[in-house]
Amino acid sequence: MPGAANGVFEMPKVTYLNAQEGIKSWLLTGDHKRIAILYLISISIFFALGGVFASLIRIELLTPGPELDAEMYNRAFTAHGIVMVFMFLIPAIPAVLGNFLLPIMIGARDLAFPKVNLLSWYLYMIGGLLTLTAMLMGGVDTGWTFYTPYSTTYSQSYVFLTGLGIFIMGFSSITTGLNFVITTHKMRAPGMTWSRLPLFVWSQYATSLVMLLGTPVIAITVVLLAAERVFGVGIFNPNLGGDPVLFQHLFWFYSHPAVYIMILPAMGVISELIAAFSRRRVFGYSFVAFSSLAIAIFGFLVWGHHLFVSGQSAYAGIIFSLLSFIVAIPSAVKVFNWTTTLYKGSISYETPMLYALAFIGLFAIGGLTGLFCAALGLDVHITDTYFIIAHFHYVMVGSTVIAYLGGIHYWWPKMTGRSYPEFWGKLSAMLIYVGFNLTFFPQFILGYLGMPRRYHVYPPEYQVLNILSTAGASVLAVGFLMPVFYLLWSLKYGPIAGPNPWGAKGLEWETASPPPTFNFDATPIVTQEAYAYDAEADEAAYQAALQQDKR
Amino acid sequence: MWAFLVTEVMFFGGLFLAYTFLRWKHHDAVVAASGHLDWILGGVNTGVLLISSLTMAMAVHAAQEGKRKATVNFLILTMILGAVFLGVKAFEYSHKWHDGLFPGFNFHWTENPAYAGGAEMFLFLYFVMTGLHGLHMVVGIGLVAWIIKRANRGDFTPEYNIPVEITGLYWHFVDIVWIFLYPLLYLIQPPHH
Amino acid sequence: MSGHIVPKKTYYTIFLLLMVLLAVTVLIAYLDLDHATGIGGLNIIVALSIAFTKMMLVVLYFMHMKWSSKLTWVFGGASILWLAIMLVITLADYFSRGWVMFTNR
Repeated sequence: MPGAANGVFEMPKVTYLNAQEGIKSWLLTGDHKRIAILYLISISIFFALGGVFASLIRIELLTPGPELDAEMYNRAFTAHGIVMVFMFLIPAIPAVLGNFLLPIMIGARDLAFPKVNLLSWYLYMIGGLLTLTAMLMGGVDTGWTFYTPYSTTYSQSYVFLTGLGIFIMGFSSITTGLNFVITTHKMRAPGMTWSRLPLFVWSQYATSLVMLLGTPVIAITVVLLAAERVFGVGIFNPNLGGDPVLFQHLFWFYSHPAVYIMILPAMGVISELIAAFSRRRVFGYSFVAFSSLAIAIFGFLVWGHHLFVSGQSAYAGIIFSLLSFIVAIPSAVKVFNWTTTLYKGSISYETPMLYALAFIGLFAIGGLTGLFCAALGLDVHITDTYFIIAHFHYVMVGSTVIAYLGGIHYWWPKMTGRSYPEFWGKLSAMLIYVGFNLTFFPQFILGYLGMPRRYHVYPPEYQVLNILSTAGASVLAVGFLMPVFYLLWSLKYGPIAGPNPWGAKGLEWETASPPPTFNFDATPIVTQEAYAYDAEADEAAYQAALQQDKR
Repeated sequence: MWAFLVTEVMFFGGLFLAYTFLRWKHHDAVVAASGHLDWILGGVNTGVLLISSLTMAMAVHAAQEGKRKATVNFLILTMILGAVFLGVKAFEYSHKWHDGLFPGFNFHWTENPAYAGGAEMFLFLYFVMTGLHGLHMVVGIGLVAWIIKRANRGDFTPEYNIPVEITGLYWHFVDIVWIFLYPLLYLIQPPHH
Repeated sequence: MSGHIVPKKTYYTIFLLLMVLLAVTVLIAYLDLDHATGIGGLNIIVALSIAFTKMMLVVLYFMHMKWSSKLTWVFGGASILWLAIMLVITLADYFSRGWVMFTNR
């Protein structure tokens, strides 16, 4: 890549990293970049924790018989779900990459409310630690969905404390969303019109809207859940005259859109990566931008497809099934636009691009199997089987985690000023890809054969596929661990990257790496969109160079 | 601020959904239980909140015109009215406790036993909804107190008074929630029955 | 945000209207409209319409929505729309529970 050569660049003297010293300057910072780093550290720790629980599950499922007892297994998969969903997937891309990049990408000094931003990190930590405390005390056995009346009336585990933690983390996500929406409206640099916004910012904006509209509903649902436990009243308990399906409606009214909180920012990352590494402007910019909004809006109309077998009315089931298919349209718009961007692009295969290409393939599988699940008749067969597990892991891990890692690699030089070792990066990307498919593809087959989720034992004929899956999980674990080492290594020994190691476009590459505290020395004036690549000019230069060589 | 209010609407929205479900499923029990709520006290409280919204609007008006004294006075009036509302609410709550209408801990339904379950759930929702509304009132009073302090210090001018306006928006929003809660909770059963 | 100054008189007028509507709500509750007209649920419909009107008065005048930017309208509208989505779709489930679709012949 241009400019990536060693020794060409020098580290800038004053950056956001060394402008102030001491632990206090970090814990009381208002700098969106420092808060992003705080998030990065805490989220990585929680991700590792969730990974430990995942390993427990996979070890248990290695053999048909019980290694852990049923009670323990219930707590392990619940802990895995809660940690991964509420403490990793929902905050990961917005709170780390979004926090770091959104202000820089629109040419702002910071977010609109820096103190609120810091508050959101503290809320996240308090909520996270409460949930963690509940786990240390013995955990929860309800599954991450907290279905009633089990969770309200019968479960003997720490539902209340965990609920409180999730409630508080919800406010962390609301404050982040509020900050992003207002920043995007009010803080854009001169010339940064809506039609010039990077697609990453569009997707963050759409995500923030979902956070604002959906998160309060889960908050109030958790309040009702906790109050029911305390008061011993049963709005969600059929024995006491209530209705458990009401809980499911309220829960999924948030938790389905929450899937889009997880995937939309990932799509934003991918749009940036594809454009940068194929050196073309994203094909159909406005379609990609508006499909983010469309997904955010349609995402609120489909929650009932989680309730097909819950006793909801058959008519509601049909309507929800039809509505669910609509979400496929904006998602497909994005995939087609990315592949069209690749076409005739000047593609290079650095680590972030490997992640981006992996994303397209895995998201296609995850998305298309989603249509299986949205089909009312088929879903009755595959509900609560490993098919569902495989489907949402293809979307959550195969898409969101992959995009998150791709984004971390792509913007790592910007965040730290140093490049990571490319060989190790590529190797771990490939290991993750192989390990991921080996882990979760067998689960599609298992689910289709009828293996139910959330059981710690299974009939022996399922063992081969389960061994494959556990083997894949080990490869995946190695793939996830490698970046921890080489990224930390690069902090000290990585080559100095310079402001624009990828030769990419966009405001974030016009400031120093790492950027100064207020991002730009002078407020930038934007005169063109973020994807002013010229693939044909690049191609011509390449051909000219070839001619030169032949002579 | 409006973006924040959207969040608040959805926060209460979940409760309204639960309420609608309950009313649909246990209509007669809800009617019977609602008869135990004091529509006069509820009505007085509605009036108190509406007056407080007026004083709040006048406070914002005074701040926009740069009248510091009037701003502070109207804000103090708003705060007092908010406190009156909470006082009446506390009186109602203690009454419910004495009547054995406090779900979970002190609930003794003496009428048609078929309605006991539905009535308990209705009163449960009554306490959750009015309780959360009361919590918002407490936060609102805190915000107004803070604004009074700033106004006294002379922070606000005709050019800069956004904090007053934002506090006003919040106060009016809490008022609106009550505008819906009153008929939905108190006025289900015609009072003359 | 703090651009337009509304005359005091408007505030007083709106306040009086709100008080009148409050009185009407209570009065309506005294009348059993459902039985008197034979229209089921008329009481609640009227009560909610009045509450909605009161809300609009507060939003438009006390909260200055009438003089606010389009963006404010979008956010205000979105909150009502999303609340409606949640209520309508969920209730659609409950109200259609009893319907029979497939019969065994």
